[in-house]
Amino acid sequence: MPLETTSPLPQHRRHGSSAGQPLTRRDGVLKVTGRATYAADNHPDGILYAVTAVSSIARGRVTALDVEAAKAHPGVVEVLTPANRPPLAHDPDEKMPPFGFRVEVLQDDTVRYVNQPIAIVIAETLEAATEGAALLNPVYEVEPARTDLESGKRFDPEGIGIGAPARTAHGDIEAGLAAAVRVTEADYVTPPQYHNAMEPHAVVAQWDGDRVTIDMPNQTLALSCASYAAYFGIPAENVLIRSPFLGGGFGSKAILNGPQILAILAARMLNRPVKLALTRAQMYGPVGHRGRTWQKLRLGVDEEGRLTALHHQALCTTSSFDEFLEPAANASLPLYASPAILAEHEGLRLDVGTPGPMRAPGLASGSAALEVAMDEAAEACGMDPLDFRLANYAETEPVTGKPFSSKALRECYAEGAKRFGWSGRPLAPRTMRDENGFLIGWGMGTAVFHCPHFPAEARATLRADGTALMETAGADMGQGAWTALAQIAAEALGLDPDQVELHSGISSLPDGGIAGGSGHTASAGLALHNAGEDAIARLAELATNDPASPLFGAGNIGVVARSGRLHRRDDESRGESYAEILARAGRSDVVGTAKTARDPAVASAHAMYSHGAVFAEVKVDPDLGQIRVARLVGAFAAGRIINPRLVRSQYFGGMIWGASFALHEEAIADRRTGRIMNADLAEYHVPVNADVPSLDAILIPEDDPHVNPIGVKGVGEIGITGTVGAIANAVWHATGVRVRRFPVRVEDLLISREFA
Amino acid sequence: MGYHMSLSISLTINGLKREIALDDPRVTLLDLLRERLHLTGTKKGCDRGQCGACTVLVDGRRINSCLALAASLDGAEITTIEGLADGEDLHPVQAAFIAHDGFQCGYCTPGQIMSAVGLISEGNAGDDPERIRELMSGNICRCGAYQGITEAVLEAQKDLAERNRRDAA
Repeated sequence: MPLETTSPLPQHRRHGSSAGQPLTRRDGVLKVTGRATYAADNHPDGILYAVTAVSSIARGRVTALDVEAAKAHPGVVEVLTPANRPPLAHDPDEKMPPFGFRVEVLQDDTVRYVNQPIAIVIAETLEAATEGAALLNPVYEVEPARTDLESGKRFDPEGIGIGAPARTAHGDIEAGLAAAVRVTEADYVTPPQYHNAMEPHAVVAQWDGDRVTIDMPNQTLALSCASYAAYFGIPAENVLIRSPFLGGGFGSKAILNGPQILAILAARMLNRPVKLALTRAQMYGPVGHRGRTWQKLRLGVDEEGRLTALHHQALCTTSSFDEFLEPAANASLPLYASPAILAEHEGLRLDVGTPGPMRAPGLASGSAALEVAMDEAAEACGMDPLDFRLANYAETEPVTGKPFSSKALRECYAEGAKRFGWSGRPLAPRTMRDENGFLIGWGMGTAVFHCPHFPAEARATLRADGTALMETAGADMGQGAWTALAQIAAEALGLDPDQVELHSGISSLPDGGIAGGSGHTASAGLALHNAGEDAIARLAELATNDPASPLFGAGNIGVVARSGRLHRRDDESRGESYAEILARAGRSDVVGTAKTARDPAVASAHAMYSHGAVFAEVKVDPDLGQIRVARLVGAFAAGRIINPRLVRSQYFGGMIWGASFALHEEAIADRRTGRIMNADLAEYHVPVNADVPSLDAILIPEDDPHVNPIGVKGVGEIGITGTVGAIANAVWHATGVRVRRFPVRVEDLLISREFA
Repeated sequence: MGYHMSLSISLTINGLKREIALDDPRVTLLDLLRERLHLTGTKKGCDRGQCGACTVLVDGRRINSCLALAASLDGAEITTIEGLADGEDLHPVQAAFIAHDGFQCGYCTPGQIMSAVGLISEGNAGDDPERIRELMSGNICRCGAYQGITEAVLEAQKDLAERNRRDAA
């Protein structure tokens, strides 16, 4: 079988700009030769290795640790426990503003979840530190683990996600349900999931007096500097974080965690550089996860198949001591028109590490339930699932009534359906088989993700040789920031990307904002764009004020920057190169700066989202119930596309995460102990190459004049949304079995009466 | 430090023969490469042989270096990601990974590439993408760059076969 081809990469319509072109990654050679340095690749002289000892119980107290045995092991230098841990300047039981979490840094002997650090062993070698940690042989006073709905404590949260209200209402939900000719109601369950970036959380810390240099993968450089400064009682400018490469983040490297703080503290205490890298198993606890949810959806529908009510309730887990509630029910707010919408959240406290944002927080879990519920409602109405969604297409944001800044979702539906071949789909399930007798099913789902914009700063330096240096403290965790940001920078400067050096990934540069929320390219990109324009304006001022320049006096007419030259706007034959302008002015460079944020007036007037439609084909073994995704086609509209090659890879990655959510991922806790029984990459299933089918991602053109001046929306997370539901719906269409618990498993089919 | 022992082994790493005094019998090949020899291109993702990020070639075979004790490899010939390119000339597999965007964060990439080089020399995949997907499934990519990886392996395999034909002619 030949390799399925994917959509050709569209060339952007702008001419003379590298933005929009499918350039390969600027860091490609470094990454394929092993020369890209991730945090744990650093080896400062005199380095020590730290290994955390972690709790094997979910709740209780550590009553004894055999520190003597650990210290007696050759090579062990120090053991930190609550008895000798140096003080911190910020109380770890207090949240760190603006959205830091409480952290476990040996402040006392209590255990609040499995894999919580209970000591940290520092040694001359990794082997000695590992053995030392094993020799601590902890003794516990164990309290029963609260691991599920029965044992956990329910509560009404003050907020969900990061500061969103727990309840959002539009219209009268009961009146809407009463007016419906048909109400579908169902319960859905999503499991705990762990980010499992390939690179474990690592840190190499070295102190020089009250200054610290930290090599670590980090999605929020400026915020993290401020937080570490608060913990260590030093000014933020004394913290330097170097994060040139992140081995994946997915949200788990956006928030400070206990083990990394402890390693930095140990480096200070011992006055030597310290390296720590979590083991894979230790990543199932202190570094966040996607919390489990139980969701209920009630959809009221009128005779034409239009929603009269959309009620989405979510019960979401958090830890016993802090709150991050997956804003799952809010997935029902932006997508489908209904006179009544109600999204409500309740919390459930378990003895687990605090959840956190994980790729498409809220929307991944919530869209999984919503898109299956929409499929069930379409089925109840006897309507095609795509027609049903079109009948409920929102022309304005359903809850607020605001216009969308742009919304090419109709085009996504149409193009995706066409590429997939959706129009031939029979309504009834269990009607298609392949040549080997496997059941075939087709399903679809709508994808959506919001477009946040973070404050960011940048600096542009045009140099005497006609090249430029662009600087902003951003983070590339694989999304391709170094490449896309350089393209934006080059465009703003009228240069080729090869002439632009981009410095990023280190906290001493201007704050590049947060690499998360699918908002990094827009946020750091706008700062670079504006800094570049500022530099060009300063250069133009030099030229237009210089009688020796062909641009003299053109200040009011304006100049255009292109290919390293400034031209008169009204007469492009008159111009000169940047190098000539700088040379005549006797300048070695000209520097532009920018500080950007979203215009609040534009933000309050518009609803801003990326949209998409995902179509899935699954094949199910009629005897064994084994499910394979055979095809996924996604069509996405996300404003202006800076680099279609990288964007397509982001969509593919998101769609694979969707397949993973639908069919693979789940952390399973032992109800007796709270221990995660599959805390490794063999038992916690993430897709491998053989699990991934033919993928196609279509880039739907979309001009957005409002979202930000560069027209860029986000692409990093949207691919998960829609895909989960599309696959689950395809499983129903193949088998007639409606599974409402994720991931969908073989046994869910085998025990079903419809399957037999 | 360690156990006050020293065990001397001889390894040929990327063509260079080295006598190595092991300070500790517990050292894996992965930790030897990364923490002692500072060949950090080879990555640790799980330390359990489950993710493939640490894949290197030992005597031409791809293995998980986290599961091999260095002391057991006396006399072995080892190729890591650092030894693949010829100066600035990338190996065809490396070039194909860039061209097909066969990676995002890059952390699993050295392992993927070494695994692909091993796979191609095993000669079992042919030009069947399904076989390649199956035989590359010991290397997890959490970013989900699998489509590009599969395309890259196919292209590099073709490229290498053509070179071999040219060389033979």
